[in-house]
Amino acid sequence: MTAVAARRHRVRVLLFLSPWLAGVGLFLVYPLLATVYFSFTQYDLLSSPVWVGLRNWEFLLHKDPHVGQAMRNTLWLVVVMVPLRVCFGLGVAGVLTRIRSGAGLYRTLFYLPYLVPPVAGTLAFVFLLNPGTGPVNHFLHGIGINGPAWFNDPRWAKPALVLLSLWGIGDLMVIFLASLLDVPAELYEAAALDGAGGWQRFRYVTLPAMSPVLVFAGVTGVIASLQYFTQAMVAARVASGATDAPGTQVSPGYPDFSTLTLPQWLFEEGFRQYNIGYACVLALVLFVVALGFTAVLLRRGAGLIGEA
Amino acid sequence: MAVLTTQRSVPEASAYVAGRRRARQRRFLSFVGTHAIALALAVMFAAPVVFVFLTSVMTDNQALTSDLWPHQWVWSNYRTLFSQAPVLTWLRNTMLYAFAATALMLLSSVPVAYALARFRFAGRRFALLAVIATMMLPPQVVAVPLYVLWSRYHLTGTLWPLIIPMMFGDAFSIFLLRQFLVSLPSEYADAARCDGCGELGVLLRVVLPMMKPALAAVALFQFFYSWNDYYGPLLYVGETPQNWTLSIGLSSFRAVRHVQWNLTMAATLLVMMPVIVVFLLAQRVFVEGVTLTGVKG
Repeated sequence: MTAVAARRHRVRVLLFLSPWLAGVGLFLVYPLLATVYFSFTQYDLLSSPVWVGLRNWEFLLHKDPHVGQAMRNTLWLVVVMVPLRVCFGLGVAGVLTRIRSGAGLYRTLFYLPYLVPPVAGTLAFVFLLNPGTGPVNHFLHGIGINGPAWFNDPRWAKPALVLLSLWGIGDLMVIFLASLLDVPAELYEAAALDGAGGWQRFRYVTLPAMSPVLVFAGVTGVIASLQYFTQAMVAARVASGATDAPGTQVSPGYPDFSTLTLPQWLFEEGFRQYNIGYACVLALVLFVVALGFTAVLLRRGAGLIGEA
Repeated sequence: MAVLTTQRSVPEASAYVAGRRRARQRRFLSFVGTHAIALALAVMFAAPVVFVFLTSVMTDNQALTSDLWPHQWVWSNYRTLFSQAPVLTWLRNTMLYAFAATALMLLSSVPVAYALARFRFAGRRFALLAVIATMMLPPQVVAVPLYVLWSRYHLTGTLWPLIIPMMFGDAFSIFLLRQFLVSLPSEYADAARCDGCGELGVLLRVVLPMMKPALAAVALFQFFYSWNDYYGPLLYVGETPQNWTLSIGLSSFRAVRHVQWNLTMAATLLVMMPVIVVFLLAQRVFVEGVTLTGVKG
């Protein structure tokens, strides 16, 4: 390539990438730097930011009454919800691989709830799991079980959110299904010839063949759990029965802060109380954790990017 | 000799038949088992929507009981809904957000994905990693300074802070389109280039028509993302009821005093329906798209 051609090529690359490069600067690099700066200030959007050094960080470590609970709840979601979703998604996909007739119909039905707007899905589940009159407790009563208060009981609110998340398993199911069908049949035949039973075939053929997909599902699941916001927020609002005309305060995490997650606490601090500085500290905590998991994915995910 | 063979083959044959019968039995049982599980799952996945529907046509009083089947089918609940809440305003705002975001995302993301897939340049791998890292970044991490930024331009209270960033490319769509472009053969593009077509011409006339399935998939994903979005609208228009989207309106939906489950469920179903209908119409595009997000190799 001549020098002129090389320069034209560079200009062309820059031109094609320019919208995104500008976007990375404006909506990623700038806000990240600003978050770090604001985290050392006290700022309420009205007066200008005042430098307070490490005071926000001290507040995080020693004084914040709810951040510990929020982190424990987020951790609970990571440890309980993510594995359950992966297992359930794998199970549903497994059932679908064994169906010959009507598989398309089942697949559509199992996938659809994933698309349902989260607010609508959450409202539906708050209704279904309504302790007094909801259909689920009605059925449980019918078979002699006293159903829990679900979204109104601090011990059962998170499990209720898990049920909601299992209903929307469609994305994982489709990815797992494609990957299950990709496992070469010869591997199963060879394993069967060697006398491997069903569980052994699953453990030594299916799982290794699917490991990149499982890592992908695990890591994206963890990152989604770190962002978990909408369902918890809406469930708390609706189940608490709070009337929320604009401007009224709804205490997050109802009941008893059991559904408070880190993003919700950030939202409350930053955009309800306008403690901009402290909200930025929470944002940085979230950032570091998410970055850690993304690094895991990028390291394990060479196959994900393909030849680059 | 003949005697010997018969003597030997009879037990073998009967063992063979018994084995076949056992295998057939096992296959039948596993067939029944699989379908029973699939049916049970189908009931579980469908039940929430069915109950939402049944409750949405109950009378006010019946909706407060644990009855499952409406005694009286009150279709007028849907009319009441429209008169009690500004549903059409919410719908208009939601459509504005979803359509504008989708159109801008397509315009800005396609060239970036093309460059990442087809151009060789220093830092290409790094750029790709940056796209993936952006995709993984929780939006809440950068929300605070962006809110400050938009408030400085007096755009908080409107949906523009959610639409304008789409002019700068969306990481998830770029990634998906790039994955698709890598899998396309490049011979057509090379041929066009030999015929004296410029790079932009190659993209617009040759590559773009071949990208249709991927474009449809990312457009649908973006549309659904915006349609379903709650965090963004809550942050920027949560306090501005005339700019509420369906998600915000639905989450705040309250009849005057108590939760009127029948109207709330009617609203819930109304918000679910467009998504379900669009999906049924464009199902194949979707499933292909999801598979594309997953993993190659």
